[in-house]
Amino acid sequence: MNTPDFIRLTLTAITAHRLRTALTVLGISIGIAAVVLLTSIGEGIHRFVLSEFTQFGTTIIGINPGKATTAGGSIGVFGTERPLTIDDALALQRIPNVQAVVPVVQGNAEVEAKGRGRRTTVYGVTSGFPEAFRFDTAIGKFLPADDPQAPRALAVLGDKLRTELFGNENPMGQRIRIGGDRYRVVGAMQPKGQILGFDLDDTVYIPTRRAMQMFNRESLMEIDVMYREGTAEKIIVKDIKRILQARHGKEDFTITTQQQMLDVLSSVLNILTFAVGALGGISLLVGAVGIATIMTMAVRERTAEIGLLRALGAHQKQVLTLFLGEAVVLAAIGGFVGLAIGVLGAQLLHMALPAMPVHTPWIYVVFAEALAISIGLLAGVLPARHAAAMDPVTALRAE
Amino acid sequence: MIELQQINRIFTVGDQQVHALDHVDLSIQSGEYLSIMGPSGSGKSTLLNIIGLLDRPTSGTYLLEQHNVTSMNDDTLAHTRRNKIGFVFQFFQLLPRLTALENVELPMVLEGIPPAERRQAATETLNTMGLGERLHHRPDQLSGGQRQRVAIARATIMKPAVILADEPTGNLDRHSGKDVIELLEQLNKTNMTLIIVTHDPEIGLRATRQIRMVDGRVMEDNHKR
Ligand SMILES: Nc1ncnc2c1ncn2[C@@H]1O[C@H](COP(=O)(O)OP(=O)(O)OP(=O)(O)O)[C@@H](O)[C@H]1O
Ligand SMILES: [Mg+2]
Repeated sequence: MNTPDFIRLTLTAITAHRLRTALTVLGISIGIAAVVLLTSIGEGIHRFVLSEFTQFGTTIIGINPGKATTAGGSIGVFGTERPLTIDDALALQRIPNVQAVVPVVQGNAEVEAKGRGRRTTVYGVTSGFPEAFRFDTAIGKFLPADDPQAPRALAVLGDKLRTELFGNENPMGQRIRIGGDRYRVVGAMQPKGQILGFDLDDTVYIPTRRAMQMFNRESLMEIDVMYREGTAEKIIVKDIKRILQARHGKEDFTITTQQQMLDVLSSVLNILTFAVGALGGISLLVGAVGIATIMTMAVRERTAEIGLLRALGAHQKQVLTLFLGEAVVLAAIGGFVGLAIGVLGAQLLHMALPAMPVHTPWIYVVFAEALAISIGLLAGVLPARHAAAMDPVTALRAE
Repeated sequence: MIELQQINRIFTVGDQQVHALDHVDLSIQSGEYLSIMGPSGSGKSTLLNIIGLLDRPTSGTYLLEQHNVTSMNDDTLAHTRRNKIGFVFQFFQLLPRLTALENVELPMVLEGIPPAERRQAATETLNTMGLGERLHHRPDQLSGGQRQRVAIARATIMKPAVILADEPTGNLDRHSGKDVIELLEQLNKTNMTLIIVTHDPEIGLRATRQIRMVDGRVMEDNHKR
């Protein structure tokens, strides 16, 4: 049998019962629409989270004290490693293609200005911070490149802290107290908003050395290294290891590249998208049952037709393909309708709730259609096999 | 061309055995016109189904054009059916959703013959049967006699060696029944073997050879000259 003939014969069968076909198609299309819509939301969230992360750039390497073991613990707990120091950070600055090295200490402290006080996050950083994290000042300048071991008592305000303390007043040159010490404001940051639950605006930035003194720390919490885009990350990592190992005598630190973090995050988010899509898949199951039911009915109703086809010399395989084809065509049409509903629904959702990230990748669309077709095959296989296996004489006798 | 030797067909229903065909020996020459008559339940349809390769005998040998068909597999049987045998049924068995033309084309569709070629063949066949005006009508827009003629066109489109008609007039009035029989006889004149099962003695007696079955056995076999 030719393929076009086969398709035409299939289509005449499914157009003979318009209402029934429509209802069956609807069953599958609701399932596909649910899968498309839910994975679109999942993928939208995925992209949103990743973009939140990458707005700091993807060429950042973080170094933390202590060696993470495969068990996830850190031998640093036993206090055998040498802590990371500002000198370590200065040494790393000499690696070729490294643009900025930021030694970081973080803590909470009371900030006071003009009689008003507020407890906020204090970041001890250096002048390379805006470059490394792509985060610049709104007014004034960031911390100057002072001697890292003896910096001046200067501070830069986060956007929220600035309005909390100074309102609409210009904070430039104002004197504030942080943890009891006196600082002079040299700039204020642009608003950044919340990122994954952290308020980056309710902060104040001071030189690392001073933050260490304030929090009574001998060592750094982290060193962030930003390298030039286009440079091989591996080489930078190797250089960092070599220099720090030479300084510490062993590998008592952990290097986390932004890329690694993104990979981990991405795989977690993929699981999320998949789980959400699987949830939609449950409604596809209902559609599959619908197709199986309608095909079973069709085989029963058209028993005489099956007998006739066999009498006219149709092979069992031809009968099988005809009924299987019907199930697949039903499912495929359902798939297309479902895709249309799903994509449209995603767009509407995006228009109604602009804050809700929605994204429909084309590969999902293809995948959903393939899924619909496979469901048609699966749901149709039993009724079709039943049809093919019928005894022609018995089938012909059916009325 | 058709050689039946000691054909038995036994149906088992529950623990009861029905001997539908009981040691049937029958030899039919190419181009013969044969009628099968007999009381209800005597095995006429069963015999026809076995000749038409729709059913297999429980035992015995069947040679069709010297080929032993008892040992053929399902696909070969289907293929032989398509090319050598044309069925005409009491209830026409037209597909209601297809037009007369499409119904007639069906065996050629199964055979994979290109659309243009089979369209032409089907149109010609329907024309010769006086249905040239009804090509695009569906079965429910046709009279009983017209439907049976469409069915006959379908049975002959592949130019089979044998036409098997199981009570082809059983569902028709006298007049259109006669038309249908005359049409079949015309085809017989083109050297297609014709086998008709019927309850109507008037129709049965028209055949050049008449077989009478009782209880699964061939009781009479009359040749007319
Ligand atoms: N599939 C079957 N299962 C069981 N018994 C069957 C089956 N088909 C036919 N029979 C039995 O075989 C016998 C012959 O049946 P068949 O249909 O050949 O008779 P027939 O001569 O064509 O009768 P009618 O003139 O009523 O059509 C009957 O007794 C019938 O009950
Ligand atoms: Mg009968």
